[in-house]
Amino acid sequence: MGSPLRREEVAHVAKLARLSLSEDELELFTEQLGQVLEHANDMSSLDLKDVEPTAHPFGLINVVRDDVVRASLERNAVLSQAPDTQDDRFAVPRIMGEAP
Amino acid sequence: MKSAQQTALDVQGGTSSALEELERALSVVRERNDELNVFLHVDQDGARALASTIDERVARGEYVGPLAGVPIAIKDNLCQVGIPTTCSSRILEGWRPPYNATVIDRLITAGAVPIGKTNLDEFAMGSSTENSAFGPTRNPLDPTRVPGGSSGGSAAAVAADMTPISLGSDTGGSIRQPAALCGLIGMKPTYGLVSRYGLIAFASSLDQIGPFAKNAMDAALLLEVIAGHDPMDSTSLPEPSPSLATHVNSGVVGQRVGLVRELIEGADEDVESAVVRARSALEEAGAKVVELSIPEFRLGLSAYYLIAPAEASSNLARFDGVRYGNRVDAEDVTAMMEATRTAGFGAEVKRRIMLGTYALSAGYFDAYYGQALKVRTQMIAAFRRAYEQVDLLLGATTPSVAFEFGSKTSNPMSMYLSDVFTIPTNLAGEPAVSVPFGTGEAGLPIGVQLLGPARSEGRLFAAARVLEIADGRP
Repeated sequence: MGSPLRREEVAHVAKLARLSLSEDELELFTEQLGQVLEHANDMSSLDLKDVEPTAHPFGLINVVRDDVVRASLERNAVLSQAPDTQDDRFAVPRIMGEAP
Repeated sequence: MKSAQQTALDVQGGTSSALEELERALSVVRERNDELNVFLHVDQDGARALASTIDERVARGEYVGPLAGVPIAIKDNLCQVGIPTTCSSRILEGWRPPYNATVIDRLITAGAVPIGKTNLDEFAMGSSTENSAFGPTRNPLDPTRVPGGSSGGSAAAVAADMTPISLGSDTGGSIRQPAALCGLIGMKPTYGLVSRYGLIAFASSLDQIGPFAKNAMDAALLLEVIAGHDPMDSTSLPEPSPSLATHVNSGVVGQRVGLVRELIEGADEDVESAVVRARSALEEAGAKVVELSIPEFRLGLSAYYLIAPAEASSNLARFDGVRYGNRVDAEDVTAMMEATRTAGFGAEVKRRIMLGTYALSAGYFDAYYGQALKVRTQMIAAFRRAYEQVDLLLGATTPSVAFEFGSKTSNPMSMYLSDVFTIPTNLAGEPAVSVPFGTGEAGLPIGVQLLGPARSEGRLFAAARVLEIADGRP
């Protein structure tokens, strides 16, 4: 039985997840992820049409705090841990190309 | 080794000191850490400063707290101000958190002395601590074997007598499984009992921080200290920390216990026979044990290995080389993020991110993630039905005793199967404890698992204590 996954799908998912995989990794992951999905076939055969999904064990409700001003983390303490900063902000490489 | 409870009594009573207890712990770490690779970072100076303050307070006649002067090991996915916190990942190497996890604040308030950060499977993904970017931890009871995982370092710290107690986190068994493999008691508390603020998230609807110890009383004392509502965690239960230590010696007279067929199915013979002996021990102590079948448990593994990776793929999206950790430079921001994540994450983390991204992606969402969430509903209902008949459930914690290095690394599915008995609890948000009970293959410890409904920690510790006594431990 072949893997339920195609190699091209794995490559696409890697792109979505911002990971670049080597050819060998692509092959290995296609096989290994396929095994997990095959194991999950024990669920796919169940008829659960009328069952509600549960995303959280006790159900989440909105929790709000009183709207009171309080100290947050020191800006410099936070920025000191960033790979790159500029003018009290996180700095990143360019996001868009040069204007024509 | 002296218990945490006795250590705190001695320090508070002046027959020992926090510094003395700390130096003893540090000397064991110096002796054994190179061999076992338990600690990724030891905060000698910070710990000494804390210990001195405690000793000064005792000298002034102040009450310090229930864990006065008790050295404790902390899993390295918990944030502590200024202390390197890596999640055993290259991507966070060198990062020093600007804030404390709530559990760290509570430990310090209670007088405990955090001595350092322990090794884990990268981002808590694994069952052997072999997935650490900083090398595996060895099992102190047999260094040719794994300590379990993902909290393998925290389990090994206690098993090697470095500290009497430690903290781990449990998403699918990451406290209970290493506790079983290292001969310790380890509990995953009710979801929301312990604040997750400052626990670097793996799967937010499943993660829970909990204690490792050598006996039920120490575990109960530690859990009492870290539990209770925290406004910084919106999933924290809105109630104060329960009283647990007072329940430890309550026994099991009149308790109804269900021995769950699915929680021994496929276990090695030595493990199964330990569970059967645990059943007799509980019966002799006055519990009434019945046999149960909960077929839904068989679906736990499949549901978990879609739900947890799905949540992980979302949680780990934040590691993009912008706000913390390492960055690999590239010409534009997308290439930078891709290069950073590719270099920073290990193979298992990539595998789970990929699996989760796939399960959540268009076209597959309903078939995989959606179906898993429905199975979760059924799992919760199955637990509820069981607890209409019994007070506690009994089974094995793991299918086998500690296994050898490399024996499951080439086949992820075989590693995932180590969690088959621990996963149902996490999906339901309920508590469970692993208690050492006898030994099996090669004289290695076996863990039996007790499960209970939400907020039944006191009852679980009482049953755990009964098993400790039956197992001949003080």
